[in-house]
Amino acid sequence: MAELAAPPEAGIQAEQRIAVATQWQLMWWRFRKHKLALAGTLVLIGFYLVAVFAEFLAYVDPQESDAQRSLIAPQSIHWSDDGRFAPYVYGLKGTRDPVTFKRVYVPDTSKKVPITFFGRGEHYQFLGLIPMDRHLFAVEDAKVAESLFLMGTDTQGRDLWSRLMYATRTSMTIGLVSVALSLVLGVVLGGISGYFGGVIDTIIQRIIEILRSIPTIPLWMGLAAALPGDWSVVQVYFAITIIISLIGWTELARVVRGRFISLKEEDFVMAAELVGCSKARIIFRHMVPSFISHIIAATTLAIPAIIISETSLSFLGLGLRPPAISWGVLLQDAQNIQALVISPWLLIPSFAVIVAVLAFNFMGDGIRDAADPYL
Amino acid sequence: MLAYIVRRLLLAVLTVWAISVLSFIIIHLPPGDYVTSYIASMSASGSAVSEGEAKALREQLGLDKPITIQYMKWMGLMLQGNFGMAMEWGRPVTDVIGDRLTLTVVISLAAIVFTWALALPIGIYSAVYRYSFLDYLFTFVGFVGLAIPGFLLALIVMYVGFAWFGANVGGLFSPEFAEAPWSFAKAWDLTKHLPIPAIVLGVAGTAQLIRIMRSNLLDELRKPYVVTARARGLPEYRVIMKYPVRVALNPFISTIGYLLPYVVSGSIIVSLVLSLPTVGPLLLKALIAQDMFLAGTIVLLLGVLTVVGTFLSDLLLMWVDPRIRLGRE
Repeated sequence: MAELAAPPEAGIQAEQRIAVATQWQLMWWRFRKHKLALAGTLVLIGFYLVAVFAEFLAYVDPQESDAQRSLIAPQSIHWSDDGRFAPYVYGLKGTRDPVTFKRVYVPDTSKKVPITFFGRGEHYQFLGLIPMDRHLFAVEDAKVAESLFLMGTDTQGRDLWSRLMYATRTSMTIGLVSVALSLVLGVVLGGISGYFGGVIDTIIQRIIEILRSIPTIPLWMGLAAALPGDWSVVQVYFAITIIISLIGWTELARVVRGRFISLKEEDFVMAAELVGCSKARIIFRHMVPSFISHIIAATTLAIPAIIISETSLSFLGLGLRPPAISWGVLLQDAQNIQALVISPWLLIPSFAVIVAVLAFNFMGDGIRDAADPYL
Repeated sequence: MLAYIVRRLLLAVLTVWAISVLSFIIIHLPPGDYVTSYIASMSASGSAVSEGEAKALREQLGLDKPITIQYMKWMGLMLQGNFGMAMEWGRPVTDVIGDRLTLTVVISLAAIVFTWALALPIGIYSAVYRYSFLDYLFTFVGFVGLAIPGFLLALIVMYVGFAWFGANVGGLFSPEFAEAPWSFAKAWDLTKHLPIPAIVLGVAGTAQLIRIMRSNLLDELRKPYVVTARARGLPEYRVIMKYPVRVALNPFISTIGYLLPYVVSGSIIVSLVLSLPTVGPLLLKALIAQDMFLAGTIVLLLGVLTVVGTFLSDLLLMWVDPRIRLGRE
């Protein structure tokens, strides 16, 4: 405790500060001490910024394919030219290997392509509203689609960097949408179960137990395979979120129920009842504020599981399907082990998955510790 | 004790029923039935199926009856151990699934054994030497293990095996044993191939179990009886192993119930990547071909096996925990 080491006056001040701090302030102070959780939070903010600014960060249309540009390796960027900061890449010459007939690309050292920041590129609608054509990366005197490959290209010659930006948007939001659905189900059912108890509680608890003892992936596969093939990208997206959250709500319900049961016995709830508060007021004014932090923690910890589920399903070809772009869809290209050995950069999206899941876990752990002073 | 067994058994039966309904729903969810996709695939290869033929085929397969009747009929057949025909393969489902299901069980069990063998000592170590270097290391590795989806780990293992060692680490049998009848040599070959899938499958569960074991044991170690035991001069090994570990072990066993569905689930995807001859690849193929009877049967059998496993772990829990055995919970 830093406060204890401080001189006495400062200690008293700190104590007074703690005495008048709100619940959220106290939580924030505890959370702040958890360095990993803070780091995780920063990483996640970064991820969601990518999700918002995907069009700006991508420099080409993620769907634009060209057989002439398939499986280009990530380019190395040369950061300085003649000692000053002027990043550039070399142009690429595509040729056929006379022996294997594979396409090979060699850097054309005579052709320097300077990279500029915030330059003009393809037109897009920022947030679907504001027409813009500025991108984080652009190149001078060349077509960007033909010269810039920060993370290489896939088998169809689509730029992996740009696709990864859009995939981040899909995968990060699918977690949010799905967890929101699970949250509604979990809070309502868990709340009912915990507050009323009795037969309803038993029934809901048995349903949860049954759902938890079913292997989820075969079930998801079955449900996802049943989605009509002619559905649009958006329809499939929402269907998948619903399928995932239908099974994912049980953990949240368990947390909510546990909190309800333990709070029901608290003196302040009893006091509120004696004063004659209505049920709704007791629940929403007295009980919910004291366990909302636990719900936030449980929710945060539920998101990574959802991201992994979506990625796994899409990887199998049963989740989101092209032209939708998500991390799982990108990783489908990495299924073939031979292809992977020749072009290992196809595995790059997996780092995004791992980092995002780790960050969520760290942040969730931090929130949980901060929310519960007794642990 | 009897009440406990009966309650668990009832729940297991209820779960099996729920799984059967869900499997049946899966069978019937896709628009069209097997005959529709059969016609589509026939016309894709150039030969047409007439209206009459389609009708006859539907009648033969019982696809023209109302859905509840179809469910009853299906369940009736299931209970008799007749799982119907895998239409695409033209062979009884039991024939197609049999060996693969056994291998799924073998792999899942191997993964759980691996999980236990690793999580138990590491969990105890991490709790006893809390905040030591190794504790931090295990915590970190555990976090990473949790964050890597099974299929990704499988991919990475395949990649490393292929790119660095030039060996295909997938599969469960060497080529010469793949089609051979069961023999001692084949079983030994299987044992040699088991570790990689078991590790890939077990990592995430191990990470979870280590955390559970660690926090449970930490809770126990704080209790006064441990201090008393130490004060009385019990050797440290006995102080830890005799009581706190036994108590902490309790939730450890009850998590098998959750671990098992998780491992079985994971085995599906991991099998696809590592091309293991389990039901995983079969399920995916059946789903894509809309051979829903096969798919439904696989989901059902996997579910039932999981329920049986969970029930067994409940019995094990009863054996370990006298509070349950003696009827006090």
